[in-house]
Amino acid sequence: MALTLISTPLNITTSDTAVTSVDITSGIDGTYQSYEFHCVNMYPETNNVNFCFQVNAATGSNTAGFDQVITSSSARAYLKEDGTGGTLGYDANSDHHQEVSLQRILSTGTGDDADQSVSGILRLYAPSSTTYVKHFLAEGNGADHGDYTVNSWTAGYINTTEAIDEITFKFDSGDIEAGTIKMFGVS
Amino acid sequence: MALTFIKSATAAGSPATISFVDGSSDVVFDNTYNEYQFHFVNIHAGTDNAAFGFQVNSTNDPGGGYDTSQISSTFFKAEHSEGGSGGSSGYHTASDQGNGVALQRMSYSQQMDDDEAFSGVLTIYAPSSSTYVKHFVAKGNYVHHSSHYSQNTYVAGYINDTYPIDEIRFAMDSGNIDSGTIHMYGVG
Repeated sequence: MALTLISTPLNITTSDTAVTSVDITSGIDGTYQSYEFHCVNMYPETNNVNFCFQVNAATGSNTAGFDQVITSSSARAYLKEDGTGGTLGYDANSDHHQEVSLQRILSTGTGDDADQSVSGILRLYAPSSTTYVKHFLAEGNGADHGDYTVNSWTAGYINTTEAIDEITFKFDSGDIEAGTIKMFGVS
Repeated sequence: MALTFIKSATAAGSPATISFVDGSSDVVFDNTYNEYQFHFVNIHAGTDNAAFGFQVNSTNDPGGGYDTSQISSTFFKAEHSEGGSGGSSGYHTASDQGNGVALQRMSYSQQMDDDEAFSGVLTIYAPSSSTYVKHFVAKGNYVHHSSHYSQNTYVAGYINDTYPIDEIRFAMDSGNIDSGTIHMYGVG
């Protein structure tokens, strides 16, 4: 496997350069069969928020925005820093059934303490296919606002046969005040 | 090529530990990369029923005993025995840590038969950050010592330290690493 760095659409370290979302509108095409988005230390403006993505088929019939239909599942493991509450379970608040809202990934309830953030990887398979739905897998870890470590595993598919060529990342409330996102092609 | 090979270390002579220290023996473990991966290939335990894991030293404890960086982590696994029984998944409380400073397990109760070992990948994000805790995610598979289970582990958490991390050590929690190879990569 070879990873090829395509772009670094986000690399900010202070709130002075905060962004509401990171919209990637080029570079997602048929060049690679799969794409990886490596998100490192995504730091939210707002406490207790969820890092998310959505996609768009800019050349398709629904070009209104990042609102594609997603069906997904999500599980998470979490533990409080005091060693209590270790739990593994399904996260019904983070799954989708034919929904067009933001898809939570990597963690949940991320805090805005100065040292808290969320990191992980989203893998998107064959986004340019005009035959199949578009599968994705995401894994990550975050520092929850209640001082939990939260490890989330989310997977599903974008239920369209139109080519997906745009993606957005954002928190479901407030800005992204810091973080790095790198987009890789996998061959 | 965005996955850059940094160094391989082989468990020659059954060492007690294998360490990767920034600036030593060609190891780069600093802000050169925003993400590092350690690939484990056939880590064979010298002692039966041992756990394979890691700990770190921060720049606040250079050359230290790998026992001061607090880790909060979760650990869950899926397992199935060679006999076809016991297929299950679940959280493993004995392998998580709540701000603990012990070796962070990536396996436990590892079998040491000649053909049995642990393989997997550990990813550490932004170890050189002086702002954030250091997130990590690991997954692997090995042979559990009880009834020869295939055990698939998912471990994640953060090193609860805002000092940069530039030293990492791998070890069994009992006995030596009998054989195996660890490959270190930078991603970026």
